[in-house]
Amino acid sequence: MAKITYIQPDKSEIAVDVRNGFSVKDGAVNNLVPGILAECGGSCICATCHVYVAPEWVDEIDSAEDNEIEMLEEADNVKDNSRLSCQIFVNDDLDGLVVHIPAS
Amino acid sequence: MLDQLSISQDVRDFFMSVVIVGAGHAASQIVSSLRVSDYSGAITIIGNEPYIPYQRPPLSKQVLAGEMLLEDVYLKAPEFYDVAKADLVLDSHVESIDRDQRTVTLSGGDLIAYEHLVLATGARPREITLPGSALDGIFYLRTIEDTNRIRNYFRPGAKLVIIGGGYIGLEVAAVAAKAGLKVTVLEMAERVMNRVVAPIISQFYQDIHSKHGVDIRTNVTISHLEDNGNGHVGAVICGNDESVEADFVVVGIGGIPNTELAAVAGLAVDNGIIVDEYARTDDPTIFAVGDCTNHPNGIYQRRIRLESVQNASDQATAAANTICGKPEPYCAVPWFWSDQYDIKLQIAGLSQGYEQTVLRGDPKSAVFSVIYLKDGVLLAVDAVNNPRDFIQAKKLVAARVRPDPAVIADISIKLKDLF
Repeated sequence: MAKITYIQPDKSEIAVDVRNGFSVKDGAVNNLVPGILAECGGSCICATCHVYVAPEWVDEIDSAEDNEIEMLEEADNVKDNSRLSCQIFVNDDLDGLVVHIPAS
Repeated sequence: MLDQLSISQDVRDFFMSVVIVGAGHAASQIVSSLRVSDYSGAITIIGNEPYIPYQRPPLSKQVLAGEMLLEDVYLKAPEFYDVAKADLVLDSHVESIDRDQRTVTLSGGDLIAYEHLVLATGARPREITLPGSALDGIFYLRTIEDTNRIRNYFRPGAKLVIIGGGYIGLEVAAVAAKAGLKVTVLEMAERVMNRVVAPIISQFYQDIHSKHGVDIRTNVTISHLEDNGNGHVGAVICGNDESVEADFVVVGIGGIPNTELAAVAGLAVDNGIIVDEYARTDDPTIFAVGDCTNHPNGIYQRRIRLESVQNASDQATAAANTICGKPEPYCAVPWFWSDQYDIKLQIAGLSQGYEQTVLRGDPKSAVFSVIYLKDGVLLAVDAVNNPRDFIQAKKLVAARVRPDPAVIADISIKLKDLF
């Protein structure tokens, strides 16, 4: 279990508990966090679950696989700390993780 | 709960509520979109399966392969429906709609009242009607129970005959071949996936399947299905009398929209429930979304019916926005995907009616794209193991760009540089 905080472009925050094994995307869609559509359901197909990982957390998360990297290269408003939230899986070590949702 | 909702007309006129018929991708998305827009009325999902909304794409992929279970493919966790204050009426069939009274009637006789009704009834597999098609051991794939029934037949060496070389058939073929089954695909057309992709992609997939031991036969008609003596299928007999032995058969020959409920209620139906770009039917209190709809597409300027997750999700959001009083026309680039073996096909746009294709990259490298043009306008892009092109293609299709074919064939040029 980890508490994940989602910060919207307008700075409003929602913090939710996410079970281990669930993705950061799951935490958002299960708790009505706006801005993470995840249309493909979490298959790393559509890049509609893009988030910015808070800088202090970037190194704590398993790095992206090639497919995710290629999708992100072409997504809108990408930064160095961009990730697809369907590919970040929660474990106890991610308790306190903060992600920012891009302005769409 | 049902009794509480079966209230008098006077009261109901002031009772904000959305009732959704169907419990798939679209239903799940409407709940999110309504609540994110601060919709405060009651929401009820009525589903005819006993499960909360789950993803269908993995049914012919990871679920069939045994890599994912039902709870791994739930669209939202069970507790989401508490968070979102949505009532689930599962394992229930809607018999009829009373548009004057604004109620739906369940097969048990219960009435559920609505202020707004959303039909998200989906599609069902087209069935074969050949002699022998009612034998045991013949399956279609739409629900998790279909997948489980098919999976029960999986054992190394078992003979699987697949009728239809479309997405479903080929995805099942890939999973079955990897599980050690002896797979034959029978396709009526001259190539697989002929309705959706260019010949070069069909050839690529036929080669991949052959490499994995799948016997793909094209230009094949089916005469009948033969009884093994126990009321179970034993062989598929082709039009040329050739017999293909089968321990079981999976049929994937397309879908039929579930429009009967709408048609009986007097709503306009023509290859789908007719809706406008706001997902409205011709009754202002009734919406329809997803696979069951015939809707206008603003990019291609024509009416279409799509069976896709993208359409279910985006049209659901359009319906929710309309219900919440902030209508925005649905105008999205359709997109699709298919996983077969380790090959990922991502399709942006609709290529139907194309006049020219441009190959980008080398199929031998298994990383390439095909770009479809009509009158110089880019219609669609099929990206094989090429997510970069796919992500860019969605924007190019939306912008209706007119690229120079020689330029887009050059893989050193990024598609986004065409803007």
